[in-house]
Amino acid sequence: MTDTLVTDGPNATDRRRSWLTPSFFREYAIIGAFVVLFILLSATSDVFLTQRNLLNLAGQQAPVAILAFAFTWLLINGEFDLSAGALVVLSGVLAANLHDDFGSWPGFFIGIGAATACGVFNGWLVAYVRVNSFVSTLATGIIFYGIQLVITKGRLVTITGDESFKTLGQHEFLGIYWSVWIMLLSGIAVSFVLSRTKLGRRVFAVGGNPVAARLSGINVQAVKLLSFTVIGLAAGIAGAILTSRTNTGQPDQGTTHVFSAFSAVVVGGTSIGGGRGAVWRTVLGVFFLAMITNGFNLLNISIYYQQVIQGLIILLAVAVDALSTSKE
Amino acid sequence: MTTVDEAVAGTTHIVRGARVEARHIVKRYGAAAALNDVSVVIEPGTIHALVGENGAGKSTLGKILAGAVIPNSGEIIVDGELVRYRSPRDAIRLGIAIIDQELAMVPTMSVLDNVFLGSELGEHGVLDRATQRHQFADLAQRLGFAPTADIKVAELRVADQQKIEIMRALVRNARMIVMDEPTAALTREEAQRLLDLTRQLSATGVTIVYVSHFLDDVLALCDTITVLKDGRHVKTVAASDETKDSLVTSMIGRSLDLQFPARTPPPDDATIVLSVRNLRRDRAFEEISFDIRAGEIVGLAGLVGSGRTEIARAIFGADPSGGEVSVEGQLLRARSPQGRIRRGLAMLPESRKDQGLVMMRPVNENTTMAHMRSITRRFGLHRGLERQVVGEAMVRVDVRAASQTMPIRSLSGGNQQKVSLAKWLVETPKVLIADEPTRGIDVGAKLGIYEMLHALAAGGMAVLLISSEIEEVLGLAHRVLVLREGRIVAEFDGGADQDRVMRAAFGSTVNLGTGSQPAPDHESDLRGQ
Repeated sequence: MTDTLVTDGPNATDRRRSWLTPSFFREYAIIGAFVVLFILLSATSDVFLTQRNLLNLAGQQAPVAILAFAFTWLLINGEFDLSAGALVVLSGVLAANLHDDFGSWPGFFIGIGAATACGVFNGWLVAYVRVNSFVSTLATGIIFYGIQLVITKGRLVTITGDESFKTLGQHEFLGIYWSVWIMLLSGIAVSFVLSRTKLGRRVFAVGGNPVAARLSGINVQAVKLLSFTVIGLAAGIAGAILTSRTNTGQPDQGTTHVFSAFSAVVVGGTSIGGGRGAVWRTVLGVFFLAMITNGFNLLNISIYYQQVIQGLIILLAVAVDALSTSKE
Repeated sequence: MTTVDEAVAGTTHIVRGARVEARHIVKRYGAAAALNDVSVVIEPGTIHALVGENGAGKSTLGKILAGAVIPNSGEIIVDGELVRYRSPRDAIRLGIAIIDQELAMVPTMSVLDNVFLGSELGEHGVLDRATQRHQFADLAQRLGFAPTADIKVAELRVADQQKIEIMRALVRNARMIVMDEPTAALTREEAQRLLDLTRQLSATGVTIVYVSHFLDDVLALCDTITVLKDGRHVKTVAASDETKDSLVTSMIGRSLDLQFPARTPPPDDATIVLSVRNLRRDRAFEEISFDIRAGEIVGLAGLVGSGRTEIARAIFGADPSGGEVSVEGQLLRARSPQGRIRRGLAMLPESRKDQGLVMMRPVNENTTMAHMRSITRRFGLHRGLERQVVGEAMVRVDVRAASQTMPIRSLSGGNQQKVSLAKWLVETPKVLIADEPTRGIDVGAKLGIYEMLHALAAGGMAVLLISSEIEEVLGLAHRVLVLREGRIVAEFDGGADQDRVMRAAFGSTVNLGTGSQPAPDHESDLRGQ
């Protein structure tokens, strides 16, 4: 990960090197902002820097973070997925609806498997049918959401009295939520793939310059297919955790998680133009945004301000990205 | 909007053509000067041709006259007044339009909407479509052709799209139109019709600047011809005093003082490495057959649009094509770059920035991009191994970079190009296709690339070299194939006389002998075969 920090750093040969350039902000602003906010909250709130609060924070953010890791991958690859929200819902709803007939774990696996399969379908549309990913995943998102409604007929399914169903979202292992363990594992896995494997290099190359990637012998279509498969898988896992946490398969949540995940990736400094980004950035992005919410709650600041400020931060991040890219 | 009425008042309407003068124009792209102190006067109402070899600066000059390119220094004077263009819009306001090789239309909009795009008729933002139609009909009559107003531009042939561009220029009250290689994408009949149309346009008073390398067209159409060479003005003459050969003679000639490394010919018993048979693609090239032996550099020469790059891409599997490509006697079945790289092909593409490198990624990732297998171990990429492999490749091509992890865009053009080459040397290919290997890089880096190409050939590689700089092809290649309009029209030994190669490329067969030395090579004209 340190290597990625160096390699996507600012232009090393700029003669008039200034600290106040947009690209410097894109690279390092998130680190500064994260540290400042962390210190600020630790100083002003008695509760913030407690083990309980931090663990809760991590547990709350686990589904968003898992999605955000996959989003980082997909954005580096130069693509976007608007259907991920529907896949979060589909996975959770399947798990809840299949619980009575098949049990907890088969239900989760089928839900995650279905979301992954939908990801493959998205990838096929984008890579092989060559539909723009914004448009195709907008459409497939509606389809996936519709499929889920057909399955549930819009009913809210609640699972009671089965502890195994609560494992992913509510139980702990070695004092830490299972969901947090999964978040850590998936973060490490995605980070390893992106920075240490052939596949990762291909993801960067395809996102950075698909023409050059193809002429270098990279199977651009296969890489894209895989990227969409990964976000399908991540959405499936996030959906399973959310369902397990609430004991319900809710047909009306999901979209907000996707937008939180996407915001976190952008705030972290991964470029929406493709070809650059890193998982550690997304980790900071997720918890920076989470700390704003958490801190505001602890400090009793109105939830209305939170919305405005979150929106402004995302806007700032995207603007800095656009400015620094146009300067190159 | 009354100005539009003037422009389209009917066939009898005469426009006062613009007089445009360029003084001491200099335009640089990086280290290379595209135009160097060029001055030219375009007289009103004339058809004025700009001709020259590839890279002579004729298109650049045309674009500068039309405000599409801003010169580094020099003055543009329109009708006696000094003007300072900041964008093509400024030129359009003065009645100067350009019809580029890349047509600037919205393909999904109708012909009528495209013609009036940006100068729509109407009041308070409401379109007056009836008047637009009326004027469109007048224009069509004036130009002598009748396109359907409501058809989408995307459904038209390129030739018709060009006519729509001309109509648009006239709606904008153009008094001068710059046409940049207007016939390059047209069939012979279509080109003929365009020439007729251009004459008609000129008869109504419009000044025309006609940029082209089709000398027959230029001689038949134009009043005045300006010849450029290496970004310098050679002469401006009346077309009636010139012949095709006199033009070719003034646009060629050794002009760069480049030292080419001494050629080592491949041994007589060298095996054939690359074999191309009857390679063809519709509207691009046909009947392309040749062999390259181990240790041999074969050059493809030809004008822009003669099919050089298209052939290279087809051999590499980047574009679909008919025909056969074999490496060391084995037919290549794979149709993708991926499959052909595995069989020992490599291609340095035409544009390193758009096709060769991932500009935002560092040197090491770009170097190993095509051969990641060689730095992969059981637990993913091996950083130490990569450092070593990249380090060796950097030394081999003499890349000067502060570190392997700096972004490729922070390197100079020459070093970027060397990295593009190094990328293919991580695992030695059998065939290297080098398309414009020295474009836009300084002389020192050029020499470095020349030496490397020779060293690679000497090591047994088969090299296919493409360059629009004819000196480069002649200086480096053991053998030169000349392309014209998608066919191989002549073959020369390396070191052949430049005049004869250029004449073959231009299709000028009469050899005037002025300035040409006795050729030390044998020439075989393949046209009869």
